[in-house]
Amino acid sequence: MGFTKEQLLDRLKELQINFVSYDHPVVLTVEAQAKYVGHLGGILSKNLLLKDKKHRFYVVSALANTNVDLKVLSQRLGLGKGGLRMAPEESLQEILQVPLGCVTPFALINESAGTVSFLLDQGFKSQECCFFHPLSNDTTISLSSSGLEKFLTSIGRKPSYVDLEATPLVGKDNPPDLAAFVPSGVPGLSDSAEKAPPIQPPVVTQAPENVKSTSAGKASIKAKVQSGTTEKPKSTVNPLIEATDVEKVVEEIFAKFASAVQSEHLQNNQEEIETSLFDGVRKCITTDLQMQMMSFKNAAYSQGFQAGVEAVRIAMKNMSFRS
Amino acid sequence: MAEEKVSSTGEEDSQVVNPWEVTAKDGGKIDYDKLIEQFGCQRLGADLVQRVERLTGRPAHVFLRRGVFFAHRDFDEILDLYERGEKFYLYTGRGPSSEALHLGHLIPFMFTKYLQDAFKVPLVIQLTDDEKCMWKNISVEDSKRLARENARDIIACGFDVTRTFIFSDFNYLGGKFYENMVKVANCVTFNKVVGIFGFTREDHIGKISFPPVQAVPSFPSSFPHLFADKNNKVNDKLRCLIPCAIDQDPYFRMTRDVAPRIGYQKPSLIESTFFPALQGENGKMSASDPNSAIYVTDSPKDIKNKDSIEKHRKLGANLEVDIPVKYLSFFLDDDAELEHIKEEYGSGRMLTGQVKARLIEVLSELVERHRRGRALVTDEMVDAFMAVRPLPFMFS
Repeated sequence: MGFTKEQLLDRLKELQINFVSYDHPVVLTVEAQAKYVGHLGGILSKNLLLKDKKHRFYVVSALANTNVDLKVLSQRLGLGKGGLRMAPEESLQEILQVPLGCVTPFALINESAGTVSFLLDQGFKSQECCFFHPLSNDTTISLSSSGLEKFLTSIGRKPSYVDLEATPLVGKDNPPDLAAFVPSGVPGLSDSAEKAPPIQPPVVTQAPENVKSTSAGKASIKAKVQSGTTEKPKSTVNPLIEATDVEKVVEEIFAKFASAVQSEHLQNNQEEIETSLFDGVRKCITTDLQMQMMSFKNAAYSQGFQAGVEAVRIAMKNMSFRS
Repeated sequence: MAEEKVSSTGEEDSQVVNPWEVTAKDGGKIDYDKLIEQFGCQRLGADLVQRVERLTGRPAHVFLRRGVFFAHRDFDEILDLYERGEKFYLYTGRGPSSEALHLGHLIPFMFTKYLQDAFKVPLVIQLTDDEKCMWKNISVEDSKRLARENARDIIACGFDVTRTFIFSDFNYLGGKFYENMVKVANCVTFNKVVGIFGFTREDHIGKISFPPVQAVPSFPSSFPHLFADKNNKVNDKLRCLIPCAIDQDPYFRMTRDVAPRIGYQKPSLIESTFFPALQGENGKMSASDPNSAIYVTDSPKDIKNKDSIEKHRKLGANLEVDIPVKYLSFFLDDDAELEHIKEEYGSGRMLTGQVKARLIEVLSELVERHRRGRALVTDEMVDAFMAVRPLPFMFS
């Protein structure tokens, strides 16, 4: 029911958010993740799903080396001293629909995460290369903070950075500075002090799903999910699949050529060329064109494959050089 | 299908059809009806061909229309599951016994390419270099070299690298593949393989233990890099369709017998007749007899000269056995034109020479297209096709 990694990545591409994807064996900790992507020079994140005594949830995305003190955070949120805990494992599945070790801001794309509050470490601000799991822990994607902001905006959340290491005094004269981050029970209004983009929850008593479907960001996702004819709701088909469909491409090229010939012809002649002529030609050369196009596809893939093998070889050489 | 005649009654086993030998009874034709009965597979009727056209949204391949692929086992089940939106994968193979490929070799590959394009499914291709080592007494090095050479011709048939995995036994055996081989081997007694393949006590044990090697590509768990998910689990329910010549049926009879006993799905088969040798119908085109075959490296002049062998045949213009018409029925795509030629030639209005000329045209075009494709197959491309890699778009 939740978004898959593939659906998320398609969504990012749709939004024209640049990212780089790295596959690796399943990792459950930041240390393990660092083994595979740590050398790439980006910022690893540690992501926590927290829960308070009133069963409200918070995702905290911090730099791996930011010190997150749950007691301090709890006070800053106005939850008292011991108000914040790590959420139990089942909440990961229930609320974020991700497996263990996979908390990520991207999980907020799921409707089940609608009331979850999100705190983003200000250390990510203006960074080019931030590492997060894209809904599965056998992959890490790296994207810029502006990319992440774009994503958050697209799901109806206002991206706002928090200094997670700050330890302001909370007391009578100093109200908890992060109080606005406590979910108020109305989805879409819980992100920050500033209002999220207009959501129009007509009546607070409506179920979250209905409200979400009227919000700008979510509407397109919902509509696409419903219009899918395949079993798995896909937001888009990978454009490369169509682009590398040999038969389709040959057909398009031929159609383009035929219509261009026709237009040229009509510039100097009254009558159209018979379509049967084009049909005959098509019949004649389609097989040859398809074979040639398949050779092209295979050649391009092979060159890419070579390059990939070489790249891994180089990377491995560099790794052993460094260590 | 041209030949429906039943040959004269004789002993049941007087025609020999197994993976290593194909001869007809008394120098006559192969009796395919008897073969279907003897093997226990089913005829591929026109209704199935129409169903394929409907499901794939395109005209059926010429080999289906002309009954070249004429028999099957559970192909209808594959069509059923495809209609339901489920997936399957293709498996075919070649024993790399010679450097030169002839047209008969290409037939299962041409047909398999069509299946891959029409159904948009992945394909594994097995090169049994180990088998050829054992049966043909070639050295291991030569076998491996021939496998790579043959891989080039196979790739030139136009397979899609994003959906195709080619492997040679010497390179790939091990891991899950080998585990499956042992599972299969545990279920087949020596007596059984003697019965199926005709082994004797004098045959060396390499031959006797080979059949599982050709059986296990039918099981998706043999290819974890293709079919295992993130949790390393393979969907054992994924079905396999095997296009092959009918002489390979014994391997897969054995496989289908074993599969349910080890918790796997039975592979489905779609089987072809043999490509007639240039001399006549009594056997199949053989790489060991150059005049019986048209090679993909032949020039149009070579093709023309081979056809003249036909002159020396004793039989006259009998449409049923006449080689040029027979070949045209394999390779001339246009149904209407073929009918026309058959009519005109049968009635004497068209001469043998004209039929042969058309055949030479058709064959030359085919051979030329293949040669062009092959020229574009580099070592790197072979490496890519044979790399143990995932195929993320194999079902797209």
